Amino acid sequence: MSATGIGAAVRRKEDFRFITGKGQYTDDISRPGQTYIHFVRSPHAHAKIRKIDNAAAKAMPGVVAVLTGADLANDKIGNLICGWAITSKDGTPMKMSAHPAIANVKACHVGDAVAVVIAETLGQAKDAGEKLVVDYEVLPAVADPAKAQAAGAPLIHDVAPNNTIYQWHLGDQKATDAAFKAANHVTKLDIINNRLVPNAIEPRAALADYDSGTDSLTLWNTSQNPHVARLVIAAFVGMAPEHKLRVIAPDVGGGFGSKIFIYPEEVVCLWAARKVNRPVKWNSDRSEAFLTDAHGRDHVTHAEMAFDAEGKITALRAKTIANLGAYMSTFSSSVPTYLYATLLSGQYGIANIYCEVDAVYTNTVPVDAYRGAGRPEATFVVERLVEVGAREMSMDPADLRKKNFVKSFPHQTPVIMAYDAGDYAASLKKAQEIADVKGFGKRKRDSARNGKLRGLGYSTYIEACGIAPSQAVGSLGAGVGLWESAEVRVNPTGSVEVLTGSHSHGQGHETTFAQLVAGRLGIPIENISIVHGDTDKVQFGMGTYGSRSGAVGMTAIVKALDKVEAKAKKVAAFMLEAAEGDIEFKDGKFTVAGTDKAAAWGDVALNAYIAHKFTGAELEPGLKEGAFYDPTNFTFPAGCHICELEIDPETGNTEIMGWTAVDDFGVIINPMIVEGQVHGGIAQGVGQALFEGTVYDKDGQLVNGSYMDYAMPRADYLPSFKIDTTETRCPSNPLGIKGCGEAGAIAAPAAVMNAITDALGTEDIAMPATPAAVWRTLQKVNTSRPAAA
Amino acid sequence: MYNFSFHRPTGLRQASNMLGKLEEAKILAGGQTLIPTMKLRLASPGNIVDLNAIEAEMAGIELKGRSIVIGAMTRHAEVANSAVVKEHLPALAYLASLIGDPAVRHRGTIGGSIANNDPNADYPAACLGLGATVITTKGKHAADDFFKGMFETALEGDEIITKVSFPIAKKAGYEKFKNQASRFALVGVFASKRGSEIRVAVTGAGANGVFRVPSFEEALKKRFAPKSLEGLTIPADGMNSDIHGSAEYRAHLVGVMARRAVTRANEAPEAPGSEAEGTDVGNG
Repeated sequence: MSATGIGAAVRRKEDFRFITGKGQYTDDISRPGQTYIHFVRSPHAHAKIRKIDNAAAKAMPGVVAVLTGADLANDKIGNLICGWAITSKDGTPMKMSAHPAIANVKACHVGDAVAVVIAETLGQAKDAGEKLVVDYEVLPAVADPAKAQAAGAPLIHDVAPNNTIYQWHLGDQKATDAAFKAANHVTKLDIINNRLVPNAIEPRAALADYDSGTDSLTLWNTSQNPHVARLVIAAFVGMAPEHKLRVIAPDVGGGFGSKIFIYPEEVVCLWAARKVNRPVKWNSDRSEAFLTDAHGRDHVTHAEMAFDAEGKITALRAKTIANLGAYMSTFSSSVPTYLYATLLSGQYGIANIYCEVDAVYTNTVPVDAYRGAGRPEATFVVERLVEVGAREMSMDPADLRKKNFVKSFPHQTPVIMAYDAGDYAASLKKAQEIADVKGFGKRKRDSARNGKLRGLGYSTYIEACGIAPSQAVGSLGAGVGLWESAEVRVNPTGSVEVLTGSHSHGQGHETTFAQLVAGRLGIPIENISIVHGDTDKVQFGMGTYGSRSGAVGMTAIVKALDKVEAKAKKVAAFMLEAAEGDIEFKDGKFTVAGTDKAAAWGDVALNAYIAHKFTGAELEPGLKEGAFYDPTNFTFPAGCHICELEIDPETGNTEIMGWTAVDDFGVIINPMIVEGQVHGGIAQGVGQALFEGTVYDKDGQLVNGSYMDYAMPRADYLPSFKIDTTETRCPSNPLGIKGCGEAGAIAAPAAVMNAITDALGTEDIAMPATPAAVWRTLQKVNTSRPAAA
Repeated sequence: MYNFSFHRPTGLRQASNMLGKLEEAKILAGGQTLIPTMKLRLASPGNIVDLNAIEAEMAGIELKGRSIVIGAMTRHAEVANSAVVKEHLPALAYLASLIGDPAVRHRGTIGGSIANNDPNADYPAACLGLGATVITTKGKHAADDFFKGMFETALEGDEIITKVSFPIAKKAGYEKFKNQASRFALVGVFASKRGSEIRVAVTGAGANGVFRVPSFEEALKKRFAPKSLEGLTIPADGMNSDIHGSAEYRAHLVGVMARRAVTRANEAPEAPGSEAEGTDVGNG
């Protein structure tokens, strides 16, 4: 391993500009003559728009334009779309409602845009927005997914009776039901997977610029996948032809999935920029982010697990209601289906699985992929069932897991996935040792002496990452292929630019991708730059989400590097006057086998461009190659997290005392960056378990729409994590990478809740287990078991 | 933020005059409540009277007789780190160290906090729990008469807090159970013993702001120990109830936090000479 190659903990190249304030985020960019747009948003969760009177707003100082949904419709701007088609079990297609970028007929959630004001300053735009008179007819609203399908529930979209988008299923119902009939023990749980707000540190932003000279549009925005944004805005929204629309996602401060999607605001900015023929800028404030960034999770599930007399899991079934909010966001339909039910086998060999999912509309912010996307929900179902099953059968929860682990690979689950490699017992064993599970009994007694309740919880999770393969996702309804592209440009001086379709918004690609190239070409890491996020520079790309950029994006670079090396060998052969087949390349040097003839990387690069040693008939000048990579399978990171915590029964407060994570991410490019990803993932998972969760009132108002009321996981709420890894190579990509970005968020919630329920001695508590919720549960336990204290 | 006129007086008298004359005038001290509220367009004062240029008249922490007198423009971080406060009223320094986050503590002021009287703020508990005196441009207010309910105080429109005088207690302790989102007090209890005077003040819990708990004070008179409070609760009536906790939970936490505040008070070293006779500045 070289000091900067694969496996080295190289410090992040991009951090210098970030920590010295030199990052260029969308809001840092301004254009001459720029105007500011303010979105006037519905204060009602469900309301008909009877009339909008904009006369007073238009007369306000500095106002350039006031535009409404009617103007948008008149200009024939298309609706936003959901790009993954799900078919119901009765064969009918999903019921996708119209989603105009500005509501025209009615507003369907608090925060739904009903008009925009464009003005010389943001203050003027907001002042004018307050003068806009919107005549609403307030309608009854429904926010709770469990109530959305009830008879008499307010109907949100005519296209979807009973607010039902689809009723989907996966697995063999008959065989599963039969296995349940034959079961020795059945564990049943009702689970609410709480709705989360992504809260990227940089709010979403958009700056649109129209060039009337070329009739082309440029959009700077906070996107995880600028090419997909361009494609959708061009092909579906019909804003401009694809070649007349440039999308640039510059430095982006976190996304967690929420910046994958194509949102109304960027569409409206583009439309408005052309309409007023001036640049239009929008930067979400935090209050707007709570009301418009796609939320995550929000499942209501009943799940059951069947065991035989020996504790072997024989079947699992689950019925889930998934809340997709007021409209179907870009990839919303796939999250509670193919990203969820396909992982219900966990790390276990389960012969029979059946899952039904009803997706529903409610008068809430749209829900879509958020760090883990479906897989945290699946892991929570499986890992809670296993833990509770162990308790009910008086078995050790680790032993029960071991008994059921998949041990031979490849392993075909009954829910589509074919696990390719793993050693689940190895990560469990290592985690148990690091967490000193053996000493837990003593620690629990010590806690009890101090009046505290101590608990320990496992989560042995699996996830499917590296999303592609295109054929597979296509057969499941995806509207796009999910390969990745790369282009390697070697300059005449030997420095290298890598253009990638992946997008870095915190992941550190400028470092890890450069490590790959530095190791492969034997050149200093400083001589490599990674270019991403600009549709005019990178030909095409699918972007970053689902822990795919290592496994898919980097493999595309490997393929391009293969081609570069092949071409460079041809150049070297001419330089060294040797046969191409005799040229060897190692450590940045080309040599002729069996001789001392050699050429350095830089010399070969130069010769490729000066082209003095070969004719154009023999070889094209230049050294630049591109590649598209489409994998043959998903990747399957897996691991074991163990949470140990203490509850103060007087206050209900939970303190995490220890956290052990042993993950198998396959080959690791940069252990420091991987550790950071694990830390962040655990923090978000703990956030879901202990702190976070939207609260909607019965009228559909988001009650905790600010940091005064929405609790985020803070550093001092978390212990110092003990992080380690095991390694089985991923067989489906040449680097052996599996992906690490979501693991913590997937594993953590079940580990926390298994530990909390262990400490409390009851399963009767939902996420987030806030102090008030824990205290309330303890009151119930204490009154039902008066003698236990 | 809406437009407003900004005024920066250089003396207290000038500031008071401005407050008397200007319409919709608001005082800017540390701005940790006012500025966010204005940014959210929830407040629209026509005039802002900024006290930061007259900070000198309202700054500083002094030991005066048997009291600690703190200038109204003193930042929370200064109180938290003050050697004088740490020596004589460590509970007050500790309380200040729990307010907000470092950025808030380096801008927010004691005068601003008390004048705002947020029902979840920490300082009102210390004022009431120590029997402080709020000194203003118009006179003095005993803490017991100063806090009038949520965001309401005895201050008149053109009255400015200049100093707060805290009598040094023999024993004092503050225990705060934080709202996990805002880090304001979900329930905070300040308990003190000064001679025969026992005070137990609660912030965060009450639907009407900071309040004292006479039944707890009575129980602690016999013996200033957590055991004296065992089995004692306060009724849930009048407690705040929201998504962070029911009235019952808050009432329960008042008991828990009170016992812990007393424990903390008993564990802290006694303030030097705190039982000696002396006139409390501002209490006359």
